[in-house]
Amino acid sequence: MHKIASTSVDWSALREDFPILREQAHGHPLIYFDSAATSQKPRAVIDALRNFYEHENANVHRGLHMLSSRATEAYEKARQRVADYIGAASADEIVFTRGTTESINLVAQAWGGKFIREGDVILLTVMEHHSNLVPWQLLAERTGARLRFVPVLDDGTLELEQLSSLLTPEVKLFAFTHISNSLGTINPVAELCEKAHAVGALTLIDAAQSAGHLPIDVREWGCDFLAFSGHKMCGPTGIGVLYGRAEILDSIPPWHGGGEMIVSVALEKSAFKKAPHRFEAGTPNIAGAIGLAAAIDYIEQIGRPAIFEHDSQLARYAAQRLTELPGTRVFGPKEERGALAGFVMDAAHPHDLTTFADQYGLAMRGGHHCNQPLMRRFGVSGTTRASFYFYNTTEEIDRMIEILHAAVRFFS
Amino acid sequence: MIPEIEELYQEVILDHSRRPRNFGELPDAAVRVHGDNPACGDEIHLAVKFDADGGLEDIKFTGRGCAISQASASLMTMKLKGKIRAEVVEMLRAFHDLVTDETSEAPKNLGDLRVMSGVRRFPQRVKCAMLPWRAVEQALEQRAGEATVSTEPA
Repeated sequence: MHKIASTSVDWSALREDFPILREQAHGHPLIYFDSAATSQKPRAVIDALRNFYEHENANVHRGLHMLSSRATEAYEKARQRVADYIGAASADEIVFTRGTTESINLVAQAWGGKFIREGDVILLTVMEHHSNLVPWQLLAERTGARLRFVPVLDDGTLELEQLSSLLTPEVKLFAFTHISNSLGTINPVAELCEKAHAVGALTLIDAAQSAGHLPIDVREWGCDFLAFSGHKMCGPTGIGVLYGRAEILDSIPPWHGGGEMIVSVALEKSAFKKAPHRFEAGTPNIAGAIGLAAAIDYIEQIGRPAIFEHDSQLARYAAQRLTELPGTRVFGPKEERGALAGFVMDAAHPHDLTTFADQYGLAMRGGHHCNQPLMRRFGVSGTTRASFYFYNTTEEIDRMIEILHAAVRFFS
Repeated sequence: MIPEIEELYQEVILDHSRRPRNFGELPDAAVRVHGDNPACGDEIHLAVKFDADGGLEDIKFTGRGCAISQASASLMTMKLKGKIRAEVVEMLRAFHDLVTDETSEAPKNLGDLRVMSGVRRFPQRVKCAMLPWRAVEQALEQRAGEATVSTEPA
């Protein structure tokens, strides 16, 4: 049997940190292979949320009482924690949002609304999640801008040879995913940023699938925007991050109006705070931000290089073992891949497969994974996706293969 | 094998999903309905020919989808072919109850369609089973021409 390279991390001990992994599903031990949709939460994060509500809960930035100071301090400390986690120059470059989707919509609406004109081009790729596609379609409709797409090759990588002809001076922004949520492809983000900047375009990286798996360094990569979600990296749902380079964030007008984001308000006109507070109208998700900071602490204790090594080996092992199954097509690059494996089987439709597997306690995802254009590119309506995190094991993958063999026998 | 799996995927369902009946084109159809389930990308193209009284003289389908939607379409077309309008409406209601209502007794007039009752324990799969029925409902309403239906209201 394939063995995970030994590191100093005791991976099976880490499973104990996740109360939900003790759950049974339909009378079987839960095998959770849907972390690309949302990760499970360690005790440390659950405790941080509880601790906040039991000891610190108050609104931020306006109360003068003790609890409000505590809550404000914890919230702003979380912002600094995020900044350090992704290599940002300052906490002022971190906007808290509801998640990746809202982060991208913020850029499309507020930045796009101010700077994008008819005839401008937004460059995307065919592998983008709908959340990094639809906001740009809406912007294009509003402004008369055009969308262009970097094609995807059969092996699941971007057709980089096309880049030089696609990256013309009309391109104002190149927005692309770091890791494809269906293929597992890891894109060369630093190279893409460099090429975009060479024609004067800004860059936005969708780091939803990478933020909890890989070291991120926005300054080394040179990206202008980076978006990710807390819930895919051990944090709570409803909290996410938009990183924006300081000088760019400061040039963007507000997008939501309300409390928290103003300096002064008169009946006809208001003056707005600087970034990031300008973009955080209303009471923010305070507990969520604190929970995200706890998730970051937890991940950093393990170390992202070790997590990446562990997860990508699981994904390669799964991809290799899936090919043992009759009539099975595995998508995405063979060598370097993120923590997931998408596949289709002649024997059964993805929804039948996932229903079947679920009865054995195996949680996978079947469907288009918010990747309809990419599914069409590969000539399928959907795939089955097994996605992994550091709490998964090779034994669980072996069990998945057994269950899929049973599915082949049953449906054929 | 797990009982819930065997209950959902009864042999009749697997058989119809592997070899769907009434699968194909209907060149002289009065109405064509394209049904899709955006959640999974499944699609069905239903073609219906009415007799003089508005009954279903002939009905065929093409498309691709999961075992549940394919078998549901196959069984449905077998059942509805030759039925008068009122019977179709009645079957539609009865089938919907069959796959959604835990307490409903499967009416005898549904015949083979009763094998679909296992779907009721899988709420996420009700849309798969109902997709062909949504299409036939639209066909009755439309009577002529082309239409589209979706499991997700737009």
